[in-house]
Amino acid sequence: MIERTFTVLNKMGLHARPAAAIVTALQKFESDVIIRKDDQEVDGKSIMGILTLTAEYGSKLTLIAEGADEQSVMDNMTQFFSDQVHEE
Amino acid sequence: MSSTGHSPETRVFKGISASPGIAIGKAFVLEDMDLAVGRWQVPPEAVKAEVSRFRLAVADTRKEMIGTQQKILKLLGKTHARLIEAYLLILEDPLISKDVVKNISTNRVNAEYALSEAVAGAVKTLEAATDEYFRERRHDVLDVGRKILLHLLGHEPQDLEDLNEPSVIVARNLTPSDTIHMKTQFAEGFATDIGGRTSHTAILANSLEIPAVVGLHEITRHVRPGDMMILDGYTGTVIVNPLPDVVDNYRREREIRGAERRDLERLRDQPAQTIDGRRIALAGNIDSPAEIKNLLANGAEGVGLYRTEFLYLNRDTLPTEEDHYRFYAKVAQSVLPHPVILRTLDIGGDKLVDLGFPELTKSEQNPFLGLRGIRLALRHPDLFRTQLRAILRASVHGKVRVMFPMVSGLEEFRAARKILNACMEELRKENIPFDEKIEVGLMIEIPSAALVVDYLAQEADFMSIGTNDLIQYTLAVDRVNDEVSHLYEPLHPAILRLIHQTVKAGHAAGKWVGMCGEMAGDAEMTAVLMGLELDELSVSPGLVPKIKKVIRETKFSDCHALVTEVMKDPSRDNVQGLLRRFRNR
Repeated sequence: MIERTFTVLNKMGLHARPAAAIVTALQKFESDVIIRKDDQEVDGKSIMGILTLTAEYGSKLTLIAEGADEQSVMDNMTQFFSDQVHEE
Repeated sequence: MSSTGHSPETRVFKGISASPGIAIGKAFVLEDMDLAVGRWQVPPEAVKAEVSRFRLAVADTRKEMIGTQQKILKLLGKTHARLIEAYLLILEDPLISKDVVKNISTNRVNAEYALSEAVAGAVKTLEAATDEYFRERRHDVLDVGRKILLHLLGHEPQDLEDLNEPSVIVARNLTPSDTIHMKTQFAEGFATDIGGRTSHTAILANSLEIPAVVGLHEITRHVRPGDMMILDGYTGTVIVNPLPDVVDNYRREREIRGAERRDLERLRDQPAQTIDGRRIALAGNIDSPAEIKNLLANGAEGVGLYRTEFLYLNRDTLPTEEDHYRFYAKVAQSVLPHPVILRTLDIGGDKLVDLGFPELTKSEQNPFLGLRGIRLALRHPDLFRTQLRAILRASVHGKVRVMFPMVSGLEEFRAARKILNACMEELRKENIPFDEKIEVGLMIEIPSAALVVDYLAQEADFMSIGTNDLIQYTLAVDRVNDEVSHLYEPLHPAILRLIHQTVKAGHAAGKWVGMCGEMAGDAEMTAVLMGLELDELSVSPGLVPKIKKVIRETKFSDCHALVTEVMKDPSRDNVQGLLRRFRNR
């Protein structure tokens, strides 16, 4: 299991487009991915789940990946987030 | 107009106008599916079959959506096709796929019921969101749920294929797949229960130029197929079963609006050119990239004044270089091939108190003569540099010009230019590209600048006359003060002389001169301004067609003669008489 925290630096927050991009990327992996914000946890492969997080600008998200390809998941997400979200 | 006429069935609904225009016709009502379905127990041996039945329905729905997506991509383009992508993601969402299967397997309920439970749960969570955008997404979830349900129940997907005569389409909501088979020539208008200005219905209606009113709440409940309807997309009004004279009124209104629109459309792609061939750049004044589409649709050739102030308002922290850059790049790109003039920050210090400048709290006795415009920028060079760097960076994305406000003389212009040059040097060192030949200009809005304009014209690449302040400062009139506002006189000889001198000085130095104050958008003044040989007029977007029309109906030689007459005796009475005669010539 790998865990890593990111801060949302997209001014509009995790709106439909970035949320959809995350889901589309994660669907390619076997691992289960959980996204946690404060005390709320959602399935990283669920668009509705991510939207219900209402992760606005500045909020902190913890990604927890577990499975055979968990390292690839984290690499992919780190790469993905580096554009708009700074890793802590 | 009253809704309670003699005809008892006349009803008026108010919604959100989503696409302009007037539609008159019979109602075509798209029936709605209710998601409330029965629950029954599935025998243990049939659970597996029930799960496959659900999976098959999801697969069929996906096939239908992908088919729709292809068609939409071909017919309407990417923006619309993207809506389907969101639907596909919802369809594949574990909240629907996993939870429904789990519910069928563990509780042995029928697929329809399990589906409606999952959809209701997701909708409930989204409803609780504080953000309007996220809340609105529940409609997408409901639409996807309905589509799967239709497949589960073996219904033919309902769409607008049956539309065979000109009709006003009434529906709870219009989804991309609803509209894809629609014969658009029969769609007179759209009226929907839900939706906002950015809903699919609104986007579609606008691109097809079909009038639409959305957010009508329960109109589907009150309209029967075949009811006579008037849909006013300008005001967001829908009238069901109107009286005959009301229909006649709207027919006339529709004709007038149609003629106006045709005129405007004809004008849109015509140059702002006089009968005898003198061309002038007709541009627009805007505050936000969102206004550009409308500005260009009105036939403007660029942005003559982009007010950057709004970037500083309604926020707790100063905008970063990236914030500035994002907006400016967007504007520069979307007005291409036309230019945009970005005017640097022009607000009073009081607006910056909450953004980290507590020392500016001290209220000024004469804010209009106080610390604002370029004075504020020069006092806080860091603030200024952030903006200038962003402007320079954005300059590679289009034709960007930069303009300084409230310059009173050479020193301020040189000081501002020096900071700009320093920013250029920084960017060169950082290997960040920008337009090395970016035009740098200033507003002529303080009388002292107008009086030394020949010096300024040597150093600036262009000048734009800001008439509102120029008139107020020259005539010492506060035009919101009722006691003296009658003295606010754009045609005062002093003003005409300052404009005249500014244009002459600019042209003598080989520079162009524009005007971006309200005077530029006053059709009564256009002939005088043309005669004064201004090279550019920048007006609010809505005024572009009107000013263009005046220019195209005027002879430059007549404007010239008019100005010669005006300058002989520039008293108000004489000038007004000359203008009257010019209009009625």
